[in-house]
Amino acid sequence: MTLGDSAVGLRCSQLEKRFGNLVALRRVDLEIAPGETVVLAGHNGAGKSTLLRLAAGLTRPTSGRVFIGTAEVREPGSARAVGFLAHQTMLYDELTAKENLVLFAKLLGVPEPVRRAENLLAEAGLGERGDSLVRTFSRGMRQRLALARALLSRPRVLLLDEPGTGLDAGGLAWVAGTLHELHRDGVTTVMSLHSQPELAAVATRAVRLQAGKVAADSAAGQALDAVLGMGAC
Amino acid sequence: MGLARATGILLGKELRTELRSRELVTTTAVFVLLVIALFSFTFDPSSAESRRFGPGLLWLAFLFAASLMLQTCFLREQANDTLSGLRLCVGDPFAIFLAKLAANALFLLLTELLLLPVFSVLYNVPILRVWPSLVLVLLVGDVGICLTGTGMAAISAQARMRELLLPLLLLPLLTPVLIASTEATAALLSENPVLRWDWLGILLAFDGVFLTVLWLFGEYLLEE
Repeated sequence: MTLGDSAVGLRCSQLEKRFGNLVALRRVDLEIAPGETVVLAGHNGAGKSTLLRLAAGLTRPTSGRVFIGTAEVREPGSARAVGFLAHQTMLYDELTAKENLVLFAKLLGVPEPVRRAENLLAEAGLGERGDSLVRTFSRGMRQRLALARALLSRPRVLLLDEPGTGLDAGGLAWVAGTLHELHRDGVTTVMSLHSQPELAAVATRAVRLQAGKVAADSAAGQALDAVLGMGAC
Repeated sequence: MGLARATGILLGKELRTELRSRELVTTTAVFVLLVIALFSFTFDPSSAESRRFGPGLLWLAFLFAASLMLQTCFLREQANDTLSGLRLCVGDPFAIFLAKLAANALFLLLTELLLLPVFSVLYNVPILRVWPSLVLVLLVGDVGICLTGTGMAAISAQARMRELLLPLLLLPLLTPVLIASTEATAALLSENPVLRWDWLGILLAFDGVFLTVLWLFGEYLLEE
């Protein structure tokens, strides 16, 4: 996937996803401009995680299309410009924190993978635990490491599913600070949130999903706080 | 990134995680040891009887042990959804299969090499003089088992009743491998040992067909 820097954003066109009889997303149309930091709000089962997994290319839509920049997302491996933080950490418990980051950095073709891993570990406040096995980490430490993994390739689009899960105040402050920096650098961020005002404060736009549809969007004139307040966030 | 490099990186990960946990090789080795020992009590392990029944028992033990071992290869990736992590990073999903196939075949071969001397002693079958040919048959047979097994493990890992599903899918598919491997091994353990290239050819053809199938359709097996 080749993504021109000026064009990097995210677009969903008539996106629908069904799991058997269950309709998770119903013909969602959503356009996110490059550099926006968007919060997806909504109750459990509203379709937030499904939308993020579709955008990452991890699951195929039943119908409709997703574009990252100008290129259609067809398979996960093609979306190198995308960093994805899922509900689960996507980390190997039997490897150390550094080994995990170096493994994924090498697979992504990141130049100087060891140095990049060490830098990210330091930024995440895990520099001294780099050689510890991930299975010895607390939930919050795993979440920090998972976010570091998502940032490995310096992605232009970042998809975060509940980034505040398990984080203490310090962790939330680090994530909020990182998101601020990424916004300043023009990175497009889409994150689903539940009740983390520290992270919601970073948002430039809020979209509320309800029963698989876009129920409210601050880009359509509604106040950002109102859209966030209407959901579970 | 090329297929070979991605496979190499992933194979390194497979070996490192197994070295840390030692789950697969230990479990498989203990299982094969138990089966070989138990079977040795069921008939008189004279040289003639062992030559008649030994190869079949040996390959049955390897097959059941492999189905145990293969069960976990994709289940491990589900614990923290690491399979999704790999799919996001690896350009060609075939690399994920190749790495798992290589690791599984290596672990199975290692187990077999450790337990062949035990089999030789318990069943009174000399294996030293046919050692290189026997290793060749084991290797080609193992690749067949692991090729099919890795693909089926990817399917069963996403299903309910996954523990039951893998043997049900795998064992019928592996009948040709079982027959060819047993025949090739029996020919090597006979009084006049000979490497049967016809059976080896069948094994190689099986390996080729399933490798192609995995290459063509492996991507779909990993999808959610």
